[in-house]
Amino acid sequence: MKQFLTFVRKEFYHVFRDRKTLLLLFGMPVMQIVLFGFALSNEIKNARVAVYDLANDAASRRIIEKMEGGGKFEMERKAWNREGVEQAFREGKVKMAVVFPAGFDDDLSHLNHAQVQLIADASDPNTANTLVNYASAIIMDYQRERMQAAAIPVPVSTEVRMIYNPELKSVTNFVPGVMALILLLICVLMTSVSIVKEKELGTMEVLLVSPFHPLLVIISKAVPYFFLSLINLTVILILSVTLMGMPIAGSLWLLYGVSSIFIMAALSLGLFISNVTHSQEAAMLISLLGMLIPTLLFTGFMFPIENMPLPLQVISNIVISKWYYIIVKSVMIKGLGLAAVWKETLILVFITVLLLTMSARTFKNRLA
Amino acid sequence: MRTLRFLLQKEFLQIFRNKIILRIIVVLPVMQLLILPLAADYEIKNIRISIVDHDRSAYSRQLINNIVASGYFSINDYSAAFEQSFEEFQKDHSDLILEIPARFEADIANQKGSEVLIALNAINGVKASVGSTYLSRIIGAFNADIRFRDLPQPRYPAVAAIEVVPQFWYNPLMKYRVFMVPGILVMLVTAMASFMCALNIVKEKEGGTIEQINVTPIRKYHFILAKLIPFWVIGMFVFTLGLLGVARLVYGIVPVGSLLTLYAFLAVYLVAMLGVGLIISTYSATQQQSMSLAFFFMMIFILMGGLFTPVDSMPEWAQWIARANPVAYFIEVVRLVVLKGSSFYDIRGHFLVITGMALFFNVWAVWNYRKTS
Repeated sequence: MKQFLTFVRKEFYHVFRDRKTLLLLFGMPVMQIVLFGFALSNEIKNARVAVYDLANDAASRRIIEKMEGGGKFEMERKAWNREGVEQAFREGKVKMAVVFPAGFDDDLSHLNHAQVQLIADASDPNTANTLVNYASAIIMDYQRERMQAAAIPVPVSTEVRMIYNPELKSVTNFVPGVMALILLLICVLMTSVSIVKEKELGTMEVLLVSPFHPLLVIISKAVPYFFLSLINLTVILILSVTLMGMPIAGSLWLLYGVSSIFIMAALSLGLFISNVTHSQEAAMLISLLGMLIPTLLFTGFMFPIENMPLPLQVISNIVISKWYYIIVKSVMIKGLGLAAVWKETLILVFITVLLLTMSARTFKNRLA
Repeated sequence: MRTLRFLLQKEFLQIFRNKIILRIIVVLPVMQLLILPLAADYEIKNIRISIVDHDRSAYSRQLINNIVASGYFSINDYSAAFEQSFEEFQKDHSDLILEIPARFEADIANQKGSEVLIALNAINGVKASVGSTYLSRIIGAFNADIRFRDLPQPRYPAVAAIEVVPQFWYNPLMKYRVFMVPGILVMLVTAMASFMCALNIVKEKEGGTIEQINVTPIRKYHFILAKLIPFWVIGMFVFTLGLLGVARLVYGIVPVGSLLTLYAFLAVYLVAMLGVGLIISTYSATQQQSMSLAFFFMMIFILMGGLFTPVDSMPEWAQWIARANPVAYFIEVVRLVVLKGSSFYDIRGHFLVITGMALFFNVWAVWNYRKTS
């Protein structure tokens, strides 16, 4: 036991002496929370829209004014022509163009029918769709304004209740995702690299010939990262509660307990990668390129998993961050207890055990 | 010049001897390009709905039928008590609950009007608001239907109707993949080239072999160039593999604009990103350090680059940061040229900025590289 603690102390020295690595360890969680909390959002606002107004009458001006008001659109009101609109699309200067045909108001008043054209840049289909929906809603709203006099009955009205996140903040969705992402990446990356580093520099040989059990050498490498991850978790939670006003609805103990299991799963994945690679470069490329992007996608906080083709939905099940993400959402935001997340927790435990067994199997106590 | 040739020979030999790295260079981008765009689909469909119907009348059934027929929703459960559905909702089996009150049909028939409750899981705010928009639209149509068919009423005056005609340019089928593939390709090329470059010099530092180079008459810029060129070539190769291989053969994406414009931009962009890698490696002493730094900055570059979330949605200060982000420029250019066929003239502004960045980063890297430790 004393030997083990000595080894753990050695690893802590390694970590704390390397300032630049510490930047990644502690800078990244803070940076990500700030980015996701304040900078990144899926919500579309301030989209630039070219106004190609051939009518320039009361009706068209009123609609443009209404569109300007919502904060979703930034109307570019210069004298456009068809070529100008096309050019602006090709330079990426506008996302949509509204075209009012000549005599818009007249048509509307006398013929009871007029057209508005919305040309959207569908190279980004999602934005295009959303913008067209917003604009249509505003135009419909204007139409309702015009026919206000005729009070038309509404048989069914709706009461909409946004549960768990009434203000529709995008942080609520991102924070659990960022937690999963950071804990996973740091654990996998750092453990795998720090072990492979000793292999590459030859110091592993020295450790392996010591009277200490070789497996414990490896495990002592993971211990500092376990505690660092818990510190990171705390930092993330404090930031998201104080800065972002996120709730922690469920039990804090449960959150930490489940997080510990997740961290262990990630550490064992790191151990496994370090067993199958021989150079730091390879370990990093596998951990980063092979893990970062799939984790971003398959965790479910960026793109909904239920939209993916079935084979990918199956694959997403082996991405451990997905299970952790589900648990954090349930415990932190919905305030549910262990009864609701025992299945996901069990899966994490199972994966950890599996990875540890595989690591122990592939572990070699000879380098060559 | 001769010095450079020998140095290049050394670098290429080192790269080609490392079989694992070679495999990673070829296999990883192809695999990721094959899988990721399929996963990155933001279109919201298949919203799972729980229905609590306290009325069980002809009207409530009709409303439910309309919801199912719209194609956006799939019914998860149909129950008679809110608590029962809420349990499903909590377990994340359903995304929204529609509660139809008792006396729904009666209240509509005697023109009192009825109110349904829509409860949405708003953890993902975008999904929730899209879901409620779809549902409101269906209920709106249901209202109009009842109004004109069943309710006794005075004739309303003819209502002025504005017809909205949407046109979707450049991607009329609205395929999300067409949008994601070029972006993901940029991310892969960037990550690959700059990471490997960042690790490379440090590797020589850590292994001690850099001392041997420092005592030779090799000039600083020779050394930097020799480190840069191989990864530039790799970057070009990975991009070509992705664009003309995977994107064209698998996703059928054929660049609308000229390849020459695209490659001209890529050539300069790679120099800029490799410069970033070099700067990082001149500042770090071990591979672990350089990887940490590279990862830290790459994460910011990629997240702020407009790949997953649009740059326009960011607050003002964040948009300023995004303007200093080379990745954001390239993602935009690739999308402009590949999807919209923008010409070199259209992207001249982007090109100037990236050229400036390329010069800046590389001068910095050469300046900061010390032959003495």
